[in-house]
Amino acid sequence: MAKGNPRIGVFVCDCGLNIAGSVDTEAVKDYAATLPDVVVAVRNKYTCSDPGQAEIRRVIGEHNLNRVVIASCSPRLHEPTFRACVQQAGLNPYLMTMANIREHCSWVTLHDREAATRKAQDIVRVAVAQARWLHPQDEEQLPVTDAALVIGGGVAGIQAALDLADAGHQVYLVEKQPSIGGIMAMLDKTYPTMDCSI
Amino acid sequence: MMDAGRHPRIKLLTYSEVEDVSGYVGNFRVRVRKKARYVDENECTACGECVKVCPIVRPDEFQQGLSTRRAIYIPFPQAVPSAYVVDIEACLGDNPIACGKCIEVCDKKCIDFDMRDEIVELNVGAIIVATGMDLYDPTALDEYGYTRFENVITSLEFERLISAGGPTGGHFIRLTDGQPPRRIGFVQCVGSRTNNPVRGNPYCSNICCMNTIKDSLQLKDHYPDIDITVFYMDIRAFGKGFEDLFMRSKAAGVRYVRGLPGEVVEDPQTRNLRVFVENTTAGRIEEYELDMLVLSIGAIPRGDSELVKQLLTLSRTPDGFFMEAHPKLKPVDATTKGVFLAGCAESPKDVKDSVTQASAAAARAEVLLSKSKIQVEATTAVVDAAKCRQCGRCAEVCPFSAIRWEKKQVAQVITAACAGCGTCAAECPFDAIEMRHFSDQAIYAQIDAALERDPLSTIVTFACNWCSYAGADTAGTGRMEYPPNARIIRTMCSGRVDADFVWYAFQKGAPVVLVSGCHYADCHYINANRNTVRRVDALWEGLEKYGVRPERLQLEWCSAAKGQRWAKIMREVEELRVHVTAEEVERTTEVLREAKVPLSSQVWKLKAPTPALLHCLRCGYEWREDYSAEKARSEERMCAACRSNSVRVFI
Ligand SMILES: Cc1cc2nc3c(=O)[nH]c(=O)nc-3n(C[C@H](O)[C@H](O)[C@H](O)COP(=O)(O)OP(=O)(O)OC[C@H]3O[C@@H](n4cnc5c(N)ncnc54)[C@H](O)[C@@H]3O)c2cc1C
Ligand code: SF4
Ligand code: SF4
Ligand code: SF4
Repeated sequence: MAKGNPRIGVFVCDCGLNIAGSVDTEAVKDYAATLPDVVVAVRNKYTCSDPGQAEIRRVIGEHNLNRVVIASCSPRLHEPTFRACVQQAGLNPYLMTMANIREHCSWVTLHDREAATRKAQDIVRVAVAQARWLHPQDEEQLPVTDAALVIGGGVAGIQAALDLADAGHQVYLVEKQPSIGGIMAMLDKTYPTMDCSI
Repeated sequence: MMDAGRHPRIKLLTYSEVEDVSGYVGNFRVRVRKKARYVDENECTACGECVKVCPIVRPDEFQQGLSTRRAIYIPFPQAVPSAYVVDIEACLGDNPIACGKCIEVCDKKCIDFDMRDEIVELNVGAIIVATGMDLYDPTALDEYGYTRFENVITSLEFERLISAGGPTGGHFIRLTDGQPPRRIGFVQCVGSRTNNPVRGNPYCSNICCMNTIKDSLQLKDHYPDIDITVFYMDIRAFGKGFEDLFMRSKAAGVRYVRGLPGEVVEDPQTRNLRVFVENTTAGRIEEYELDMLVLSIGAIPRGDSELVKQLLTLSRTPDGFFMEAHPKLKPVDATTKGVFLAGCAESPKDVKDSVTQASAAAARAEVLLSKSKIQVEATTAVVDAAKCRQCGRCAEVCPFSAIRWEKKQVAQVITAACAGCGTCAAECPFDAIEMRHFSDQAIYAQIDAALERDPLSTIVTFACNWCSYAGADTAGTGRMEYPPNARIIRTMCSGRVDADFVWYAFQKGAPVVLVSGCHYADCHYINANRNTVRRVDALWEGLEKYGVRPERLQLEWCSAAKGQRWAKIMREVEELRVHVTAEEVERTTEVLREAKVPLSSQVWKLKAPTPALLHCLRCGYEWREDYSAEKARSEERMCAACRSNSVRVFI
């Protein structure tokens, strides 16, 4: 666990009307503030925008946050964005998690504001619970052997081998047959230019 | 070709096969067997003296068997390396009594019968798979008469017959009488675009329409008066310059008939062919008399794809070609980190597309190779040595062979090879494996939180990052409304879902638990979701034993593109949920509390490896088979019936 008790900040996004259109984001924010270990909850119109991200960084500093929950869209879309954002504020990127209240909530519960709001609150609660158990993680560094293996010496394998070799890398081209060439070597002329293939 | 042979930084290993690959992204170790050629490829000048004395005659593979070669041969004149090779199976041997004639005539003394296979060990950072394709064998399509009638040939045989380097020196003639054909036909989609597994594959082979158009123009060049008919379903001329070529072919007088022949018969005297076809545009049965018929054969995955797949832990799409990491956004990355795909190995395509993809793959590999160090996402598995009881189960289920384990030794995760699916963590009976980031504690905390407010109306849902979670995203993007009761807990793979998580959720009062993941054959972690099936099977039995209705645990597959399907699943589980009463939930929590589940080992006692539910990619037939890790690795996803009907040859 990061130093000391969890100090969680929750950032609830309106996403214009994408979320705020069917979810009462103010109520979600207020609810989030009541959850254990949450020290601050903030609502923002566009959390992913530059001002939105600046706000996250400011609040992290101001409240000395060590966990961040961003209640907005799918992590499949913006996890890299917000990881980078909290990192800029000096937090390990793995201490951030997202609550997907757009794709999984506001966009699929369009006509029942109460249910949508309730669901969004639940989603935030689940994310906050997860955040409490997040740990800083170090991405491991691995060395790279500067050489490539190309399996198959048809036109594709030959082209890939040439490109890599021209870029300065050692290439091993393994071909099953006694000669490289593949199917193209058997062709007489090739479309669309009708020129000879070897 | 020549450039590749001459390049100072390219080492050609021809007549060679990759035998073993170990390691991981940036650090692969590869063992290659370089088969003995019995001719020193550096010394041989390709003078061809040896061929003149070799007494053994064999069909020439390069010429599609349309001419012959000797036991010592060069595949084709421009071969790279430009060196002869001895077909040792056919050769009589170097014993002077038996033969050894070639040794006598070789001035350079480069023929060496003592040569042995060589094993070459390579260290590489990236691997590009460019193994190409095989072609459909049309013998099974009896109505076209291939192999029964000599004047019915394949499109590849056509290439050899019209080539100046071919068996006839470029004179395009009939095989039966050596005469130039006056009337010729082409049949399209042979072995392609059919749902009948005996007759080929469902997909379009991409190259054959354009190839036939090219062939027709080449023929018109050779014989301006030749009469050409093309029998087709659709002509697919979608690429740059393609439609233009098609128009030229039509303008040159080539006849395009919409309809595939139903029957071909040979006149035994003239060896001419009578072709019967339903012209679907004209709406009548027509008959054509032709001198020759060319079958436009489709592309099929290579016979040894399964082997290459296993060596590199790749995946294959249902069509049998190698699968990309993402069909739109990572089209040249393979599912294994550090491996890239190029050319027809990934899907049938023409030269331009093969070259384009090859350059893309090279660029992707370059991104990796040009760094001295790479970073890996910190979502990998970690073994707690103090808890590990050395059972080896984790190593057995890891789809990436990322766990090193020997009898009586603590398991060890090779972090760089670990893809972070979490299958091992779910499997370990002693909870000795923790996932970084997607930790057990975090998941238990999420289950608790999901059930905190109104458990009776909550569906605890596990969704895998790549498919079902993404499918739920797609449902959102498409604004597909569904009941708001599911609370999703994201895991990287459904294989991460420990049986304990499910027990725990029921113990805490969940009316319904849904485990969801990628389709059985599309797991992003090769086949980790096979373990999901096995665990859910075991759970169902366990639930029954404790008097809990097994329906309350649901397992569903949903792909990233299927928003509609996700919405439907949501409606279905909600329908289940409304029928679970508070009393029922209470009874369950009580029973489970008394029984002191969850306890991983208990789940195992309930059911050791259980039969897995398999389903055939071709016909959809489902069957059960005993699960074993070995099988999981060498799986063929076709049922026995489809396999025996299958035209694909597995070497
Ligand atoms: C009849 C016909 C006509 C065509 N006409 C045209 C045309 O006019 N224009 C056009 O653009 N395209 C045409 N094509 C398509 C063209 O041939 C392909 O696009 C091209 O050959 C694909 O190249 P490739 O390198 O991906 O595969 P391949 O040419 O199949 O080469 C693969 C190579 O890998 C080797 N290999 C396979 N497995 C292994 C292994 N395990 N270890 C080591 N080596 C291995 C094989 O021996 C082979 O040399 C035609 C195809 C056919 C069949
Ligand atoms: S490219 Fe043309 S001939 Fe080939 S399978 Fe597709 S439609 Fe049929
Ligand atoms: S499954 Fe668990 S106990 Fe068994 S070897 Fe792996 S880490 Fe050790
Ligand atoms: S099973 Fe998955 S998480 Fe475990 S070591 Fe293998 S790849 Fe990593």
